[in-house]
Amino acid sequence: MTRNTLKLALLSTALTATSAMAQDVTLTIESWRNDDLVLWQEKIIPAFEAEHPGIKVNFTPSAPAEYNAVLNSKLDAGSAGDIITCRPFDASLALFEAGHLADLDDMDAMNNFSDVAKSAWQTDDGDATFCVPMASVIHGFIYNKDAFAEVGVEVPNTEAEFFAALEKFKEDGNYIPMAMGTNDQWEAATMGYNNIGPNYWKGEEGRRALIAGEQKLTDEAWTAPYATLAKWGAYLGDGFEAQTYPDSQNLFTLGRAAIYPAGSWEISGFNTQADFEMGAFKPPVQNAGDTCYISDHTDIGIGMNAKTENPEAARTFLAWVGSPEFASIFGNALPGFFPLSKEPVELEDPLAKEIVGWRGECESTIRSTYQILSRGTPNLENETWGASVAAIKGTSSPEELGASLQEGLASWYAPQQ
Amino acid sequence: MQRARIRWHIPVFLAPAVLVYTTIMIFPLFNTLRLALYSKVDQERIYVGLDNFRTLFFDPFWSEQFWNALGNNFWFFIVHMLVQNPIGVALAAILSHPRLRFAALYRSAIFIPTILSFVIVGFAWKLILSPIWGIAPSMLDFVGLKSLFAPWLGKEEYALTTLALISVWQFVGIPMMLIYAALLSIPDEILEAGEVDGITGLSAFWKIKLPLILPSIGIISILTFVGNFNAFDLVYAAQGALAGPDFSTDILGTFMYRTFFGFQLQLGDPHMGSAIASGMFAIILIGVCIYLFGIQTRMRRYQM
Repeated sequence: MTRNTLKLALLSTALTATSAMAQDVTLTIESWRNDDLVLWQEKIIPAFEAEHPGIKVNFTPSAPAEYNAVLNSKLDAGSAGDIITCRPFDASLALFEAGHLADLDDMDAMNNFSDVAKSAWQTDDGDATFCVPMASVIHGFIYNKDAFAEVGVEVPNTEAEFFAALEKFKEDGNYIPMAMGTNDQWEAATMGYNNIGPNYWKGEEGRRALIAGEQKLTDEAWTAPYATLAKWGAYLGDGFEAQTYPDSQNLFTLGRAAIYPAGSWEISGFNTQADFEMGAFKPPVQNAGDTCYISDHTDIGIGMNAKTENPEAARTFLAWVGSPEFASIFGNALPGFFPLSKEPVELEDPLAKEIVGWRGECESTIRSTYQILSRGTPNLENETWGASVAAIKGTSSPEELGASLQEGLASWYAPQQ
Repeated sequence: MQRARIRWHIPVFLAPAVLVYTTIMIFPLFNTLRLALYSKVDQERIYVGLDNFRTLFFDPFWSEQFWNALGNNFWFFIVHMLVQNPIGVALAAILSHPRLRFAALYRSAIFIPTILSFVIVGFAWKLILSPIWGIAPSMLDFVGLKSLFAPWLGKEEYALTTLALISVWQFVGIPMMLIYAALLSIPDEILEAGEVDGITGLSAFWKIKLPLILPSIGIISILTFVGNFNAFDLVYAAQGALAGPDFSTDILGTFMYRTFFGFQLQLGDPHMGSAIASGMFAIILIGVCIYLFGIQTRMRRYQM
């Protein structure tokens, strides 16, 4: 079945490509999202071509793990497509610095995006933006509505309520209060530290101050999330030390756990796996009424090959990708990958809608370690994985973790020295 | 006097093997050693001499990881020497007993894990030991020892030993087979002569068979040493490239992989990676030399 769809898709690409030969301009898109091939073939490209006769679009993805290597060699050989799908931060920045990606700052469509959204595809000084932001993933907590109703727990808003809810599930004993393991390490940092952290370091304010060297990882704002994570350990399942990421997903979708610290990319998977109703709540704030901050992490962008033969058509296409129309098609086809445009998109999936609604209530930021700070050795992102795990297991105190991370960062990052 | 004829057939017959071996083994090996002497600064590769090694051994961040990986590697090796090889010898001794029934069946059953891929072994054992779905906790529960269960692969203090024991389980067939073959080659006359002198049963094993198979045990030790210091797959399959928890299962292979190819946001550094690879090469070379010149030449051999 899948194979047939794929064949059909490939066949239709071939047909459109040949029919386009005559006078039309054909744009080729490089991407690692081979999962989205059908979506592009059936929804996105027809919608664009209907509006822009004379431009044909060809989506040619490669395997995610090979994408960076394949793209680099194609760009060096001059055989890469006109449109390049951009990985966030340093990978794309390196392409821009090598002259492979065009500067897109002068495009009107760029005004549809906030500074946070653009930060993943900008030079360090913010002078040039080289990719149109396409989608982000948002962190928060997904919960089992049936379990909450059964045990009589209210959806928590503050940290005190959050831990009270966990305690109630623990006393009840029918559900594992929270499904997360530390075996694979990255969940602890991504769904733990960078999920709840922005509320402590005040989102962008703290993140930028850290990059500028005005704050240190030993500051209260950066160590306090570790102190909170240390309290999580008691509410994770038995043997969470050896629990893997798929284990946690299965525990939650089988209905054995009440709360799942999540990234929004889980939505489509959970929708097909879980047979109970799910809801979501944002990272709890310390005191009721505090401004809330969410990690709205930029993940996919799209830019233009600087050496394309059809720069006009490519810009037309990118401008369309920056438009609300594209955002609505993309956001609804891939619930959990949220369009980054300022103008809110009407999503149909209830869970995705709930999560994306937080953008209106809270301040957005991105994961603290991704921009600039993970360029050197030791790598701050990888160190944060280990530190978050150590915090949850209680093998190190938050102050020790902050001190060792700060020492590592200061060893190569000048503004922190 | 006639000049000695050049014996052309020797280079001709050697050529294919030498060429293939040179292109895929010797050249990459020396190129790796050479790569370790360079570094990349501002998009350009420059010669830095032994700078990478100085970083590796004296920079606190790098040296801490290196010594941790080396120490873990030694522990991995010690577990194999203390558990795998004695069990292998014991199994071989039992299998070579003339009155044992179904010997061929046991031999195959014990040898089969050796031919499995690391990925399968790592995945299967992760499931067996999983605190959530695994059969290990329920089996312990069945005999009333549930309290002994711990999430072994997730605890700093047990993870490396657990992985070493999984590797022992996988590879115990190899020493068993080698020793088994050595035991079978001991002539019956020697054992019968021993029996005449009153040496039977266990003492025949300790006094006659063991001295005769010592050279095989030596070979097995060196194979274990080389295999363990080149190990990578099992740790990578079970714990990932970060060799968690908290680098407690990090061995030289995973350390090299992470450095050379990069991981997540960490970009690959082929030059530091080569420096680590050169270090691994040197360690294995030294180990093998100690064995060849220090031990093997002094080992007593008996004519059989």
